Amino acid sequence: MNAIIELKDIKRDFVVGNETVHALRGVSFSIQAGEFVTIMGTSGSGKSTLLNILGCLDTPTSGEYCLDGYSVRQMGKNDRAELRNHKIGFVFQSYNLLPKTTSIENVELPLMYNSAVSAKERMKRAIEALEAVGLHDRLYHKSNQMSGGQQQRVAIARALVNDPVLILADEATGNLDTRTSFEILTLFQELHARGRTIVFVTHNPELSAYSSRTIVLKDGHVIQDSCNEHIASAKETLASMPKTDD
Amino acid sequence: MNFTNLFRIALKALGNNKMRGFLTMLGIIIGVASVITMLAIGQGSKRSIRAQISEMGSNMIMIHPGADRRGGVRLDASEMQSLKLEDYKAIVNETRYVAACSPSVSSSGQTIYGANNYPTTIYGITPDYLDIRKYSLAEGTMFGEQDIISSAKVCVVGKTIVDNLFTNGESPIGKVIRFGKIPFQIVGVLTSKGYNTMGMDQDDLILAPYTTIQKRVLAITHLQSIFCSAITEEQTEEAEEEIASILRRNHKLRATDEDDFNIRSQQELSTMMNSTSDMMTVLLACIAGISLLVGGIGIMNIMYVSVTERTREIGLRMSIGAKGRDILAQFLIEAILISVTGGIIGVLLGIGASWMVKLVAGWSVYVQLYSVILSFAVCTVTGIFFGWYPAQKASNLDPIEAIRYE
Repeated sequence: MNAIIELKDIKRDFVVGNETVHALRGVSFSIQAGEFVTIMGTSGSGKSTLLNILGCLDTPTSGEYCLDGYSVRQMGKNDRAELRNHKIGFVFQSYNLLPKTTSIENVELPLMYNSAVSAKERMKRAIEALEAVGLHDRLYHKSNQMSGGQQQRVAIARALVNDPVLILADEATGNLDTRTSFEILTLFQELHARGRTIVFVTHNPELSAYSSRTIVLKDGHVIQDSCNEHIASAKETLASMPKTDD
Repeated sequence: MNFTNLFRIALKALGNNKMRGFLTMLGIIIGVASVITMLAIGQGSKRSIRAQISEMGSNMIMIHPGADRRGGVRLDASEMQSLKLEDYKAIVNETRYVAACSPSVSSSGQTIYGANNYPTTIYGITPDYLDIRKYSLAEGTMFGEQDIISSAKVCVVGKTIVDNLFTNGESPIGKVIRFGKIPFQIVGVLTSKGYNTMGMDQDDLILAPYTTIQKRVLAITHLQSIFCSAITEEQTEEAEEEIASILRRNHKLRATDEDDFNIRSQQELSTMMNSTSDMMTVLLACIAGISLLVGGIGIMNIMYVSVTERTREIGLRMSIGAKGRDILAQFLIEAILISVTGGIIGVLLGIGASWMVKLVAGWSVYVQLYSVILSFAVCTVTGIFFGWYPAQKASNLDPIEAIRYE
């Protein structure tokens, strides 16, 4: 097992007016390939800041962050953009699909910014990614013609299309009803089963039961880092839920 | 990031907002179309003025005797006898820049045919006069050298004369009309030229051999004026200088003496008219240029709003790997696409509008290639210039904030 993520004593300070806010006060952990990690914390715990740093959108004030062997702290904006393009797949709470755009075009988007991928290859990989999330019959649907669950599936396909080492999900089920949440969670568990490394950031403690490891943040510190012995199956939970009429 | 992909992305983004894109384009379309139409009208009027001047003979040079400055009483120029036949012959023989030359003597009076009469002017000239004044014959023939030598009583008449004397529609050729008391046989009729820019009827004249007018009508031996034409319009000035030096020599003028003749050409008239129409063109182009500028500001405005509105999209693109310059390029390409597409439509519309003006108002218009290229280039530059600022703003967004922007 090799470490996908290595954090060493990460600190992140923000200067707001005259005051310095310490969002992260020294966070260290590493995530191995194939782990499904839930990062939890209440609002203000620093989990968004940690997510930004993990996603290479932000750099730490001090400490060392290595993503798949690349040291991120000294990287410039453009290098980080390229790193994101190749190594990370983002899934957002509000899907962030392009409006009036078909599923395929949405999923192709990360590859559009990778000049090494030809148009033909791009199309092929987008279709594969959409099939992997069970949307093979929604290839040419526009984003505004789909339900929230379907839109989030498109977003997950978009996160998969560049074959990333890490999938970063930010409250990925936050906008969905319970049932659809578990459908999406099932999808994440399936991806995990196929060997994907997933970091799932949430404030909902219930969801931690479905991942292999839970990290809890509070006031910029890691206060709990535990492995799950018994991973609950989202599929079973889904089956036990009362069926709706749709 | 390759250009094709950026281009696709920009095209797609525009396609998502067709109506807005079109309305933004409208400013550019109107701007470009008006630049082209205005310049076409300006150029058209310039050309029609030139055509009118050249109809009068743009390379024409007129030589009149100068006013007498020696005595106390100044005499009218036509009373001066300083232009002689020798002057005419010297000009014909010695100049390099003169293509055609004709002496001229004239007299005003009544022409009579049967019961009709009409007041007109009879010009005594040589056949070269037709070339110089750009006249041509509608029917009949021009009198020749022989008629000049023999002072023949033949003439060529303009259309106005024919209309007024031959009221019952008979052919004037071969008929004898009287000018004052002298009978002239009509050998030809001039093609009608209508009125000139000064409002003078160019068909109200009779042409006869100059010798005939000198001897039989005026009883003089000198010339009242000499008409020449330079080989080309550009050589008019050289021709004038040449003529002046010949005349000064013939008239035995000392270096300190003033000319005892006046040489005039159409140059001044043409320069004046050109400068008027040039000024009009500049004025029209300025108005049109301002509308293009306003169109450009329209692009900036819309792109600016678009950047704010699409902040989340920009944030997403950045988080999945778009670099600042990719975003910059995307928005810049969008702005350029708007302006270039608007430019193309504007060019077509401008050409169409020019034709409409020609058809409806009957003005002469002329669309020049340079005005098309110019306005097209200007609107592309406008797109880049006004698209730059919003694009720069977009590319400088922080992805963390942009993705969570509400």
